[in-house]
Amino acid sequence: MLNEGKLTPDRTLDLRTVLCPINFVRAKLTLEEMTSGQVLEVILDDGEPMRNVPRSIKSEGHTIINVLKLPDDSYRLLIRKEEG
Amino acid sequence: MNLDDEQIERYSRNIILKEVGGKGQERLLASRVIIIGAGGLGSPAALYLAAAGVGTIGLVDGDAVDLSNLQRQIIHFTGDVGIRKTESAKKKIELLNPDVRVNTYHDIVTSNNIREIIRDYDFVVDGTDNFPAKFLINDACVMAGKPFSHAGILRFYGQTITVLPHESACFRCLFLGPPPPGSVPSCREAGILGAVAGIFGTIQALEALKHILGTGGLLADRLLTVDALTMSFREIKVKKNPRCPVCGDTPAITSLVDYEQKACDLKL
Repeated sequence: MLNEGKLTPDRTLDLRTVLCPINFVRAKLTLEEMTSGQVLEVILDDGEPMRNVPRSIKSEGHTIINVLKLPDDSYRLLIRKEEG
Repeated sequence: MNLDDEQIERYSRNIILKEVGGKGQERLLASRVIIIGAGGLGSPAALYLAAAGVGTIGLVDGDAVDLSNLQRQIIHFTGDVGIRKTESAKKKIELLNPDVRVNTYHDIVTSNNIREIIRDYDFVVDGTDNFPAKFLINDACVMAGKPFSHAGILRFYGQTITVLPHESACFRCLFLGPPPPGSVPSCREAGILGAVAGIFGTIQALEALKHILGTGGLLADRLLTVDALTMSFREIKVKKNPRCPVCGDTPAITSLVDYEQKACDLKL
């Protein structure tokens, strides 16, 4: 199956109401502290955050392994930290 | 991670960069850069280094702010005329970024004090306006193993190079010694447009930041010259001179020398 693997987050960041680009900066700083292969759960608002943050996280080399829409129209992302 | 919420916001555009990140920002905050000369080159260098979050900035200058400085020395304002340049610059840096600690040295560099002044810093920015100081800074930095950025400007023209002592060419590998007094005009005589100083001081700040971050390619073994009147940038490849009197195989200069005349003290 797609996105098989660990789906239990090691860290969680609720970035709802945090504006761009500070939401990405916070995710990036948290990922820096994690070790390769660990999973970060991030909750993002729809709209600009969802348009920008996933792309920026991917451009840093990390993998988005799961995206889930939540009842309040926000999104839950599971990000696997990659080395480098 | 030791960055607080305000720092995360203040430095967000730094942190977003792959080459910086949180670790790079912390490295900048822990770094120490000394700027010799709080004038045309030192002003933009100091402001950009302070804005980027270099944690400790040293400022060396023995002059007071003069009205004729303000056209290019952008860290000083009209109300600062008459006060020490080091104090004027310190005030602006602290207003810009309270994270920065500023150490001031109201003095000119000499063979007696320069070793002590540069000792505790990671990188030296040469923002001086005369050849004796430039050779003194080169020699002191080579002897102390301190990386530094050289720049010199006149009219619409300037040059800059970064020196990694004993790794890349030093200023004396290129120029054996100061030109004869009076042979090269000073800014006072020849003029200088402030924005030209801005280009070079900004390049010097960038070199210091990249050195601290350990990223990118430094302007070492490459002399960059700019003719801003035609906006021509030229890069001259240079090499370490094995017969260099300071960093060569058998150096002739083993102690610091003060050359007689400051270019800006020349008779008009």
